[in-house]
Amino acid sequence: MNVVALILAGGQGTRLGAITEYLAKPAVPYGGKYRIIDFALSNCVNSGIYNVGVLTQYRPHILNKHLGIGKPWDLDIKSGGLTILPPYVSAKDQSWYQGTADAIYQNIEYIDTYDPDFVVILSGDHIYKMDYNEMIDFHIERNADVTIACMEVPINEAHRFGIMVTDSFNKVIEFQEKPKEPGGNLASLGIYVYTWSILRKLLIEDSKDINSEHDFGKNIIPKMLENKNNLVAFNYEGYWRDVGTLQSYWESNLELLGPMPLLNLHDKNWKIFTQSEELPPAFISKNARLTGSLVSEGCEIYGEVKNSVIFQGVVIEEGAIVKDSVIMNNTIIRKGVYIEKAIICENSEIGENVKIGIGEFKENEYNSKVYNTDITLVGFNTRVPANINLGKNVIIGNYITNISEDIPSGGYVI
Amino acid sequence: MKVLGLILAGSSKSGIEGLTKKRASAAVPIFGKYRAIDFTLSNFVNSKIKKVGVLTQYYPRSLMDHLGSGKEWDLDRKTGGLFILQPYSKTKEEIPVYKGTADAIFQNMTLLRRGDEDFVLIGSGDHIYNFDFTKLYHYHLSNAADITILTKEVEEDEIINTYGQVITNSEGRIQEFYEKPKENKSNRISLGVYFINKALLIELLYTSIPNGGKDLVHDIIMPNLDKLRVYAYDFKGYWRNIKKSIKTYYDTNMDILKDDVRKELFYNKKIYTKLKDYAPPKININANINNAFIADGTIINGTVRNSIISRGVKVKAGAIVENSIILQDTIISEGTIIKNAIIDKDCEIREGKEIKGENNILVVEKGTII
Repeated sequence: MNVVALILAGGQGTRLGAITEYLAKPAVPYGGKYRIIDFALSNCVNSGIYNVGVLTQYRPHILNKHLGIGKPWDLDIKSGGLTILPPYVSAKDQSWYQGTADAIYQNIEYIDTYDPDFVVILSGDHIYKMDYNEMIDFHIERNADVTIACMEVPINEAHRFGIMVTDSFNKVIEFQEKPKEPGGNLASLGIYVYTWSILRKLLIEDSKDINSEHDFGKNIIPKMLENKNNLVAFNYEGYWRDVGTLQSYWESNLELLGPMPLLNLHDKNWKIFTQSEELPPAFISKNARLTGSLVSEGCEIYGEVKNSVIFQGVVIEEGAIVKDSVIMNNTIIRKGVYIEKAIICENSEIGENVKIGIGEFKENEYNSKVYNTDITLVGFNTRVPANINLGKNVIIGNYITNISEDIPSGGYVI
Repeated sequence: MKVLGLILAGSSKSGIEGLTKKRASAAVPIFGKYRAIDFTLSNFVNSKIKKVGVLTQYYPRSLMDHLGSGKEWDLDRKTGGLFILQPYSKTKEEIPVYKGTADAIFQNMTLLRRGDEDFVLIGSGDHIYNFDFTKLYHYHLSNAADITILTKEVEEDEIINTYGQVITNSEGRIQEFYEKPKENKSNRISLGVYFINKALLIELLYTSIPNGGKDLVHDIIMPNLDKLRVYAYDFKGYWRNIKKSIKTYYDTNMDILKDDVRKELFYNKKIYTKLKDYAPPKININANINNAFIADGTIINGTVRNSIISRGVKVKAGAIVENSIILQDTIISEGTIIKNAIIDKDCEIREGKEIKGENNILVVEKGTII
């Protein structure tokens, strides 16, 4: 049985705001040492799938460097392994990937080289651990044309997802892409197992349809329902998060904490592999106070850290207090800093006695759709000078070094 | 300049027996995630050496497992790379053994003869230091030396006579060399790291070994001090031989809690080791950690003070670990008290047990369940 996995990793992730200004969403750092795509990739190799194509498009540099030749995932092998599939020009076609289905369509030749029975289509944006074999077995058992992983979500959130309506045998009878009035709460997780011969035909047909948006949820699945194909829903009951918004990204990071975390990274039977920097263990000083947190290698903790995720190489100096926050790689938190409920991106420096996340929530003046929580975000390679106060829901962009005054809640420097 | 690196990792003599019962001293774990040999190996690689031979014979399994194909040190190469050199028998009757350091190198003459390196750098797998050898190469060339030995001025103490001691003239040329003298002759000790012209080394080995020579210092360097230009390079940084004693091993580990030692050893040139893909350390709400070095894969619920916690260790609720070194994947159960101890890999200390070293550091051997 030949299986090829394809990971869609070209999305920008606009709702992550400044975090994804310079990098694709799958490359966003997560959980102290990982990047989001590590979960899909590790799931593949832990499921024994060693033919993996990663489709890139938006800002691929950091993602490409992270993936390399696939060594951390044991995908640097002679037959199969990791292939990065960027959009390309050919004699007939000069375009970017037009949609998720078009992205796969443009790589039919790559997939055909493996002559697969099934293709597993995944998103590089999701945090979860899943053995795809169970889903493939289910697909075979049910003689399905496509099997779609799904999970029940709260009905008031159903409008954010592709919603499936199934009969009592898990057969999909209706599919609604981000419906205003959802007919149920069974959400598609963006994990598909397709019988390749069927999908291949559908993709070719879809590519000729000028009215199509070339999207799986919007076009391919409805078409299959119309064709009376056999669509089956596979119930997944575990931790799964689309960390597509600042709130869900922050929450998901903090959900790794505690003695019984919702997602256990310390499970030896399902390791998450990553390309990580070679750094010594974390150093916790005499006067440090560290509780309920993840710290990573290369960290030097002299201050107080509570309920936070601290990435590799972060320095937290004496007298600094970090609470309920996510601090990414190599950022320096100077003496006397107070940070509450913030996301601080890589290589930034928070000057002495800076206070972040103080005051009351106010609507963001820059973009209240993306920045709609009381989380304060400081971008990559940014310097907040000493003694500055930043309120709640403040957004400081990337490469900012010219902050000269306090930014009250809802304010921004871009 | 092309340099062949050789790492001596075969000796069975050890002052840290509790830790070397079933592993070569070069494979002794240190600083939570490293093995002793990582330092010399990384120093070599960081000094542009592309071919490294590791000479080993005593309990090599854990060392071999650690080194693998040399991938972590970028030594999995088409040309050069990592060579693990075990003794082998040349006749049916012979029991393979390296009789000494010089003999070990002599038995691997093929590695010396093949390849286009001009120089050989010989180091040991037991030494902890971070040094860019390109400085030593320049020193060697500018002195037109035949052999350059890495040396260090140390304060006199009870173990200084367990090292070779050297006396140099004002230029740095070694005049006298005393191997482990009964009475101290000099506070400048040889660090057991030698840089030598390859053709000269081959010649010296062929002169000495067939006539019963075995040891690099006794039979190659000491008899030739007046004939050859042997220079001492003065190393001023942090350097320890962890094999000397349990005390040295323990103190070296604890030194990493000092800011200056940590900066020098890790934030100079990088030290590489075998990756294990453990998750970042998780510190739970009731944990209390002060002055500690915490590696990946650990979960801490208890109290940790002045200690080194290695990869995958669990310190459960109510347990107290103080002034101790806990090695990989060991479980410290609820309510346990560990003080002044080294707990080796894969141990399990069950609920409520107390392990306390009094005047000496207590060593709990690998895989023990208490």
